[in-house]
Parts: sequence; structure tokens; C-alpha cells
Amino acid sequence: MKKLINDPDDVVDEMLDGMLAAYPDRLRRLPDTQVMVREDAPVDGKVSLVTGGGSGHEPTHAGYIGDGMLDGAAAGGVFSSPTADEFEALIDACDGGDGVLAIIKNYEGDVMNFETAIELAEMEGVEVESVVVDDDVAVEDSLYTSGRRGVCGTILVHKAAGAKAAEGADLSEVKRVAEKVIDNVGTMGMALTSCVTPEKGEPTFDLGDDEIELGIGIHGEPGTERTETMPADAVTDELTETVLDDLDVEAGEEVLTIVNGMGGTPEMELFVVNRRLQELLGEHEIETHDAWVGDYMTSLDMEGLSITVCVLDDELKGLFDAPADTPGLSVQ
Amino acid sequence: MSGDGEAVVAAVERVAERLEAERDHLTQLDSAIGDADHGGNMARGWAKAAETARDLDDPDPETVAKTVGKTLMAEVGGASGPLFGGSLVFAGAELEGGITPETAVAFAETYLEKVEDRGDARVGDHTMVDALTPAVHTFKKSIETDERPPLEALAKATDAAERGVAFTVPIRARKGRASYLGWRSVGHQDPGATSTLFILQELLRTVADRLDEPVPDVDATSPTIPDEDAGADGADAAPEGEE
Repeated sequence: MKKLINDPDDVVDEMLDGMLAAYPDRLRRLPDTQVMVREDAPVDGKVSLVTGGGSGHEPTHAGYIGDGMLDGAAAGGVFSSPTADEFEALIDACDGGDGVLAIIKNYEGDVMNFETAIELAEMEGVEVESVVVDDDVAVEDSLYTSGRRGVCGTILVHKAAGAKAAEGADLSEVKRVAEKVIDNVGTMGMALTSCVTPEKGEPTFDLGDDEIELGIGIHGEPGTERTETMPADAVTDELTETVLDDLDVEAGEEVLTIVNGMGGTPEMELFVVNRRLQELLGEHEIETHDAWVGDYMTSLDMEGLSITVCVLDDELKGLFDAPADTPGLSVQ
Repeated sequence: MSGDGEAVVAAVERVAERLEAERDHLTQLDSAIGDADHGGNMARGWAKAAETARDLDDPDPETVAKTVGKTLMAEVGGASGPLFGGSLVFAGAELEGGITPETAVAFAETYLEKVEDRGDARVGDHTMVDALTPAVHTFKKSIETDERPPLEALAKATDAAERGVAFTVPIRARKGRASYLGWRSVGHQDPGATSTLFILQELLRTVADRLDEPVPDVDATSPTIPDEDAGADGADAAPEGEE
């Protein structure tokens, strides 16, 4: 496989340095870590928002650092969790004295490393709360699994909680808003191809020319169902109906939608899907407050997409409309 | 006190050697039900931890435990970093007053509690908790109720852990990566429970060496002190329980 990398071992390090070189007035990298924070961190007078996880999902995570969203993010290796000491350094660097909210995606490694770091930071007197995002409706949530995965809906948690923090709300209020998004958001993804990790250099799973995979996560792990290829509208219907069913969205409700590219899908196709998505919502008499289309949480070079729906109330609408200024998302 | 610190460093070095020797064994167990990185991660992490511990200047046991825990957190990665390393940092605080039978029990209980909480796992989930729980319970009872010498208590704890490892084989995984396999996880020995046993075995050998005594031959399931109203079984075991 042809790839624009030098050495697989250096890819995350070099990516972070390149990001820093692109946004020197916005970002700062903590020495000897893979932790990126706002250039002016810690910001006084507001709750700080931190997150992190494996690399390969760009612009997630560090791409959402900036006004109205995150204060910092820890980057792990490709598809692997940052270690607890990196999370701890992140929390320390971002704590401005008004408390820190950690936004964690539901993967065992991320959860355990982040929770260990939080407990250590608390021993040092930092006030930390955390939320775990688990918006992937494809995975069954049962006693026998580790629960649903956190995927693209996480961006909406960054956005709403970030806007609430920017208003000067206290830690419990910021956390309440984050949880409100988590309770009202669902996502389902699909893939036309697997992705190629720098380490392995070949696709993580094989898909035939006439096959697609439904219910994929963001780590090249296989999905819940393999089917024959379908036209864009049929794929859109399948994903959207599953999400709407799961969220129990009713006619008359307002939503924010995301058509998220997995990294290797042209914007043209994402818009084709968004066209059908909005048409379908119209058929259900569901009103779209805002429709985002683009690459928000990717899986390296995977071809495919995910559809996210978040049911809104007046508070969430206001928070999603509030300004944000980050490399990965800008709302004016 | 510094003597105890040295003993903890010696134990960590033994654990590091053992895990290096068992690297392929653990990787093999993990390949069957996980992502085949447990052997490498543990060997690398403990080697680094031993190196860091050796560099400490006249350390007390608490410092060694916390330093080793932090190193494991940073080096082992994945879920094992917080489980093996993070728990050690918190449990290490129990050794503030040095190592006594009482602080050793507190250390063991805190370690188990942290692993359970962090991993959200209990006995029967096919995880390291299946080895740790019988070990910690047996250790506590041997010290507190039966008032046995620490070496014997640790030997019983290690024997109990070995039974716990065997228990993981015929049960279905409910936590950890193996849980994604569902029923296919039945019939496989848990790698984390296995490495937990290796760590306990090396702790036991270090303590025996330090006391210049052989490793006691024990059976964790035989009572050391018979219950007053116990039947024939209790009476049979009575001689073993007496000093």
C-alpha cells in the first residue's frame, strides 16, 4: 500500500508537530508528551474541557481545541488509548481552577486510563468530572458486552458542553449539558472498504467488490452485518431508520444531523447522502435545525460514512448555534 | 524500613525476569481470546519498572510501589496499564508505615478493590479478578482470623490464585476483549489472571528467600483452624492448623 508516511513509529509524533506548525497561535504541545492544549491554557474563569483517545480519527481530537470547544486533548498511538500519565498531564495543564470535565469515548482502554488519571488528579486537589459517550446504536448494550462505542456524536458533546463552559457555567451545569447530548444522540456507520493502519500496512478486514459492512466502528473493526452493495439512498435509509428507531424520534421534533465521512469518501458522496437524509426526515415530519456534512471523526483512509442524529430542545439549539472557533469546526 | 524497600525492589526484579521468561506463553494465551499483546506489554513494562525501581535512592516500600505503579501505567498501555499499574499506585499508599502483616492486608485489599472498580469486573467475569479475589481473601483470612505467619499466608494466597486461574478456563468472559467472543471464550485460560499468578509466585519466592525459608507446601482450601462445630473434615485437618 502506498502511504505518505516516513516511519510507522513516527507517524503520530510527526502529525502532531505538523498540526502545531499549522496552528502555532492556537495550539501548544506539552513537552515530552502527545498532549495538545490551547496555546493560552489554562484559561481562568471557566470550566475546562479535555478529551483524548487513539490517533487516526482526525480532526478528532486535537482539531476541536479552541474557543467554544475543547481546552486540550491527549493523542494515543493509532487506534490505541493514551496512557494514564498522559491524561493526567492533560488535566493538570488545562485546570484553571474552575474544574475540568473529561469527555471519554466508551472503549475500555480509554475509560480505564482516563479514570485512573482523574483519580490521581483529584488526589492533587483538582476538581474533575467525567462523562462517557456511547452513541453507536449498532452495538448491542448488554450485560455481556462492554457497551456501546463512542463515535461521531462525541463532537456534539464537545460543542454543547464547550459552549456552556464559555458562558461561564459551573462544572455541574457543563456536565449536565454533556449528559443531555449523550442521552439524545445516536450514530450508525457503514464502510465500503476497511482502513489501512500504518503499523500493519494492509486492510484490517477484507470486503469484496460487491460487499459493504454495516455497523462499523471507527477502528477498522468489523461491523454488525455484511450485505451486498446498495445505492446511496438505500444505505441512507437503513442507517437513518436504525438511529431514529433507537432514539424514538417523533414527528414534530427538531434535530441536528451529521453526515460524517470516514476519511476516504469524497464530499460529493456525503452530500448525496445528506440529500436523502433530509428528504427522509421530511417524510417523518422531523425538522432539521442544522445539518453538518464533512469529515469530523474519521477512521484513517476508510471509505464509508456515519449518520448522527441529535434530538434538540431550546437549550441545545442555543448551544449548538453559539460561536466556536477551532481548526476542525467553526461556528460563527 | 529501607531493608523492606530493597526487598520490594528485589521482588519487582524477579517479577520482571519471570514475565520476560513467560512473554511468549502470555502472548499465546492472549492470541486465542484477545489482541496478542499482553506478553510483550507486561514484559516491557515490568522491565522498565525494575530499572526505575533500581535507580531509587534508599527507598521505602511505599515509594517503590508507587514508582513501579506509575511506570507500569506509562509503559504497559491499554487496559493493563491502569489495572496493574494504577491499582499499585493507590494500594502503595497503604504501605506508608512500612510492611507489616496489617499493612500487607490493607495493600492487598485496596489493590483488589481498585482492579474491581477500574475494570468493573467481579469474580466469574473471566479476568484477573478471578485470580486476585481468592488470593486476597485467603491472605486476609490466614493473617487476621487464623493468625498464620506471613510466609504461609502468602503461600496459601498464591495457591488460591492458581485455582482462580484454572477457574477462568471453563467459564465465559463477560469483561475485557475476550467478552466480544461470547461463548467462544469458554475453554481459554485468562492471560491477565495468569500474569497475576506469576507476579504472586515471584512475591512469594522473594519473601521466602528473604526469610531464608523454603516456600511452604500449602493447600489453600484446607482449613488451618477447625470450626468448633465442624464435622470429620474439620477434625482431620486439625493437626495442620496447630503450631
